[in-house]
Amino acid sequence: MKNNIIALLGASLISAASFAQENVYPAPEYKGLLFLKNGTVHVGNGQVLENTTIQINNGKIEKIGQNLPIPMDDVKVFDVSGKHIYPGLILSSSTLGLVEVNSVRATIDHTELGEINPSIRSIVAYNTDSKVINTLKTNGILMANIVPDGGLISGSSSVVQLDAWNWEDAAVKMENGLHFRMPSLINRPNRFAFFTGAAAPSDPVKRGLEQVEEIKTFFREAQAYANETGRTSTNLKYEAVKGLFNKSQKLFVHCDIVKEMLIAVDFAKEFGMDVVIVGGSESYQIPELLKQNNISVILNQMHSLPTSIDDDVDQPYKTAAALQKAGVLYAINDADGQTRGRNLPFNAGTAAAYGLTKEQALQAITLNPAKILGIGDQAGSIEVGKDASLVVSEGDILDMRSSIILHAFIQGRKVDLTDKHKQLDERYRKKYGLTK
Amino acid sequence: MRKHFMLPSGLRLPTLLCAVLSGSLAQAQPTFPINGIADEKVATYAFINATIVAESGSVFNAATMVVKDGRILSIGTNVTVPKEAMVVDCKGKYIYPSFIDMYSDYGMPPLAAVQRRFNFNAPAQLTSNQKGAYGWNQAIRSDVQAITQFAANEEKAKQLREQGFGTVLTHVQDGIARGTGTLVTLADDKENKTVLKDKAASHFSFSKGSSTQVYPSSLMGTIALLRQSFIDAQWYKNNAAKEGLNLSLQSWNENLSLPQIFEANDKWMALRADKIGDEFGIQYIIKAGGNEYQRIQEMAASKAPFILSLNFPQAMDVEDPNDARFISLSDMKHWEMAPSNAAAFEKANIPFALSAADLRDAKQFLANLRKAIEYGLSENKALDALTKTPATLLGVYNEVGSLSTGKWANFIITSGPVFQDKTVILQNWVQGKKYGVKEDSWSAPMGEYQLTLNSAKGPQQYNLLIKAGGAASVIQKDTLTGKFSFDGKLVKLSFPESKQSKKNIRLSGVSQADGWQGTGEDASGNKFYWTAKMVKEESAKTDSVKKKITPELGAVPFPFNGYGFEKMPEQQTLLIRNATVWTNEKDGKLEGADVLVKNGKIAAVGKGLSDAGATVVDGTGKHLTPGIIDEHSHIAAASINEGGQSVTSEVRIADNLNPEDINIYRQLSGGVTSSHILHGSANTIGGQTQLIKLRWGADAEGLKFANWIPQIKFALGENVKRSGSSANNRFPDSRMGVEEVLVDAFTRARDYEKAIAAASVVPKGKKGATANPWATVRRDLELDALVEILNKKRFITCHSYVQSEITAAIRVGDRFGFTFNTFTHILEGYKVADKMKTHGSNASTFSDWWNYKMEVIDAIPQNAAIMQEVGLNVAINSDDAEMARRLNQEAAKSVKYSKMSEEDALKMVTLNPAKMLHVEDRVGSIKVGKDADLVLWSDNPLSIYAKAEKTIVDGIVYFDRQRDQELRAKITAEKSRLEQKMMGEKKAGAPMAPARASMEIMHTCSDHAHSHGLLVVDADQINSND
Repeated sequence: MKNNIIALLGASLISAASFAQENVYPAPEYKGLLFLKNGTVHVGNGQVLENTTIQINNGKIEKIGQNLPIPMDDVKVFDVSGKHIYPGLILSSSTLGLVEVNSVRATIDHTELGEINPSIRSIVAYNTDSKVINTLKTNGILMANIVPDGGLISGSSSVVQLDAWNWEDAAVKMENGLHFRMPSLINRPNRFAFFTGAAAPSDPVKRGLEQVEEIKTFFREAQAYANETGRTSTNLKYEAVKGLFNKSQKLFVHCDIVKEMLIAVDFAKEFGMDVVIVGGSESYQIPELLKQNNISVILNQMHSLPTSIDDDVDQPYKTAAALQKAGVLYAINDADGQTRGRNLPFNAGTAAAYGLTKEQALQAITLNPAKILGIGDQAGSIEVGKDASLVVSEGDILDMRSSIILHAFIQGRKVDLTDKHKQLDERYRKKYGLTK
Repeated sequence: MRKHFMLPSGLRLPTLLCAVLSGSLAQAQPTFPINGIADEKVATYAFINATIVAESGSVFNAATMVVKDGRILSIGTNVTVPKEAMVVDCKGKYIYPSFIDMYSDYGMPPLAAVQRRFNFNAPAQLTSNQKGAYGWNQAIRSDVQAITQFAANEEKAKQLREQGFGTVLTHVQDGIARGTGTLVTLADDKENKTVLKDKAASHFSFSKGSSTQVYPSSLMGTIALLRQSFIDAQWYKNNAAKEGLNLSLQSWNENLSLPQIFEANDKWMALRADKIGDEFGIQYIIKAGGNEYQRIQEMAASKAPFILSLNFPQAMDVEDPNDARFISLSDMKHWEMAPSNAAAFEKANIPFALSAADLRDAKQFLANLRKAIEYGLSENKALDALTKTPATLLGVYNEVGSLSTGKWANFIITSGPVFQDKTVILQNWVQGKKYGVKEDSWSAPMGEYQLTLNSAKGPQQYNLLIKAGGAASVIQKDTLTGKFSFDGKLVKLSFPESKQSKKNIRLSGVSQADGWQGTGEDASGNKFYWTAKMVKEESAKTDSVKKKITPELGAVPFPFNGYGFEKMPEQQTLLIRNATVWTNEKDGKLEGADVLVKNGKIAAVGKGLSDAGATVVDGTGKHLTPGIIDEHSHIAAASINEGGQSVTSEVRIADNLNPEDINIYRQLSGGVTSSHILHGSANTIGGQTQLIKLRWGADAEGLKFANWIPQIKFALGENVKRSGSSANNRFPDSRMGVEEVLVDAFTRARDYEKAIAAASVVPKGKKGATANPWATVRRDLELDALVEILNKKRFITCHSYVQSEITAAIRVGDRFGFTFNTFTHILEGYKVADKMKTHGSNASTFSDWWNYKMEVIDAIPQNAAIMQEVGLNVAINSDDAEMARRLNQEAAKSVKYSKMSEEDALKMVTLNPAKMLHVEDRVGSIKVGKDADLVLWSDNPLSIYAKAEKTIVDGIVYFDRQRDQELRAKITAEKSRLEQKMMGEKKAGAPMAPARASMEIMHTCSDHAHSHGLLVVDADQINSND
């Protein structure tokens, strides 16, 4: 046999020389045939295929089936019997690569000055050398939507794959959507008034609605601009949102409460935009309405506390199930600032503990986000014709008891799963003479 | 509102109705010169034919009260009216002692608006900016004397008199120690005359008011400051020479003999205030906040007298259900139940006074008082609470508080029983001087009159009927409907010439001794005279004395929210059968095993157990583990960080536990049974910690884990050197300084210990003599805690991240002979695990947090496993109210990242933290004799799919998923009921407040990068003291 059967010895093979992440290289292009043999394939659309082989050619999935013939030529074959194959997980809303250390201002590049910044593009600040990126790959996360923050319209996001030399290499889908940060419409006492009993200085809801109106006015102007002929001056802000009107881009509305979501629906109706709600912690209250209006939802943080002290103690955990039941297109995200997105599979796992099936929960971090982010035709599931971006796990990827990632492939390239943490682990195991 | 009546009954005019006494009391002050003519007033009055309520239960009918020179000369039914007395006929009227408000700021200068926001990163004012020979802390204002600042304020006095008050205890409501209050009357007179007692009480609060000094910045700091001030004042008595003159301590001591009043403004605050008092032999009179009915048994047990305000929350406008959604059930319930607070005190037999404090508008007082009565307060108790009780508490019952011979003539004259709805206060007499309140209501004009118009055509007779509420009928041939008004003296009436006529006859006149008389004009301009005489009086009785029915109210759950218990759960004998039992003992994991729980303890572990009296729980397919123990938590406390100084070992989390934190319940739902509540990381030597059990529904004392060796929180690194600040002025500013803060503190502690020892030596040859070191050594609570560490009577848990600071801390411990018991967070622990092991430390860490700040850039998820493999006792902690609900899964991450065994992983959140807290003899494993703190899981406890089905503490089921489902339905129903009730109030025209979201306060280590939700206020971003 000439083909290189690679045995699965462990999670990572670290070269003894490579003690710094600087020596962890993005994988080179691989044009040839590649087989993942006899694994349990979790397609990402709800289906599970036992004892199945995947044939990859030039970075694309070419065939999926049992007992696929494997040529004896110079091909790569991975025997993954007893292992689980998943589509690469997708982080649907993240500041990955835009911030290195949250508390160090110099490392923060996600927020720009001003309220209406549609022409701002997150992708140009995306740092492929962030130490965080490899810690996500280690957990099976292979793509992320990089989202700017701040103001009312923060700018446009782009989708990246996580194994790249620079942001141009990384980009999978540029400027897939614009991000609108809805002002809060909760009548809450301000922080200090809460303790002193003093009246809030202004009506936050009224102020919020005024800002919503400012944004609507902006879009009406942009619409008029798009229809204008013979104009000689260029307005970058209007230019930047043209794609919203022809649906080549989506409007991501960051909001949580019912009134805010109703306003998001209104944007879809008035301007005919594709609207995605990001946050949506109260979306379980209006799933049917969201479905009727074709609004999709990114649940930003599964692992969070209920909003009100009266709420069901497990409300955030079961919000996904309510959306699933109503047929809403939704994704589960992990926006936790302390762990930096690495717990995406476990956020989905929690949703599976509270009402979703495991395959539905998986879909919420693979195919659903791919559709929402506008890359559904090329990623998010293990189907013929799609990019070969997938991960191999020792066991159930959603449960930390067994979620041990053995291999990851991005567009057919086998990715190095070494990260800073594994390197430091090895370094100090060496110091203490510990094995494993 | 002015009432419009027309013709009065002249027969019932009071003799003195219009007498106005100007200027001064009957006697002028001898030392004051007079500009003009001396004008000493008549000083004797007799009030006759009155119903006099001298005090509750002492009523004289048709009685007389004689007042002379501002005081009561005689009172009763058999009293001779002196010849010189001016007589006031009070037929049909009631006389009561006027009310006393013992919680007022009347006549005090306005307080400057305080622009003080605690900012973790702002430069701090570390010392007091009060100039003079005062103490070190700006919030200790014991030297303030209200008497020196008191200036009578007629506008405010009038408002209070209109509500029936005659006497108030007023003080400067600023600071933690607020100095003395002064007792004054509400007379419009020179202060020299109106002050009844210049120093009448000593006042305290938990609010530092206008102090801009950073310490204390927390509730526990405030309590510690009070405690130390008591000690310092005691010490100062004998050591003034060492201290120098300290006016704050001097006045502190002077004020000790006065009645002591503490502003608590909340049920838990009340208990905290009472506890401080207990420590120093003082029974505070506690100013309440209105929610004390929620813990009335605890209020009674405090034995404190209370001052209750009648500030009831307004109904909120809940017509928009999306707004109503964010109002908590407890806020709604409080709205419904707040008016029953005073009734609850009465029922529990707790002495209390009532006050007009806190009202949005002083004019609401009587209306709210009547509401309190409607909600079950008895009228007698209400009167006591406004007269006798405050007078007695202040030791001035011999002067005011009832009507009896020799007391001040401070009384009100009312149109009927004072607490009835329609009754009005007619006059309020203060120190023998009359102040009109609603004098136009003195004589109600209702009745039948003979009206005579003497026009050119000759006299015309009419029958005039005046009815309550303003209707007048003028009857000759037809019945004509007229308009009239009467202000007590002037009368106006107009009525049509005939039934169909639009032309009016208009009358104007005054009431005179024998009736009404005046001039009029008809529609043609003809003028005439008129008179009216009453022929039949309509009784001015109050409405039907229909006893109102006390409103139906919801139950009081413990805690006061939707997940509380209306009846506290009890210990059960439980037999959990056929479960997978993770013992954490030698037996390891037992399949198909039984566990018997009796009297709060684990009684048996094995197979085929039985107990006749036990409630059997089927554990088939389920897993039973010891309860989860969180080594690092910040829930269930009113404040967490005292950042006012770099060393605050005197502050105690135990002083400010908050048993109503919903996160207690939420964490029970995640299997947590014990939490170690730590001080925050704002300073190097933080505060004393408190281990609690999650006994949902208990009070602060009930939460505490009994008999544990206490611990204290230390912190190193970025937070304590305030790296986030570009303008830090608090030492230290670097890790070099952090180490030196530790060295300095323990050096001082060692010297202090030596000084105590030296002062404790009994001089030779003096047999039987004892030496009290505190007579000379100042007891320092900050150093006491450090001495406990040196003597291994207190353990340290130290917030720490990087290897340099960990090593430095270990060396300080080595140098002074103590061990850093636990390094918590310890994200670089894997780099120095060997040194920690040699030193004898435990490690309590996060599973996978990293890169949110500079000092955690080398944090790795393999940390716990490496430390464990090196031989350390390792725990996984939360430091986060959300993550604490998933600690079992956080522990499981070591299985993922480092292939730790599942049993070892579970120990990291059960037995291992029990060991580092030195309570492993009682909790942390399933072993006969240990506390029955258990969790029954639906699945393998390390799995993402595991849910706690029952969480048991001391054999009591505090969380049960079945009961939880039932409560959800109940919360929805109860909220709907209250929303409907609020909407009913809106319909009835009651004033409404806009729907306001109920906010939750969340405490963290100041280390967090994530938000906790829409309704959460981060405590570090506000001044946690206010």
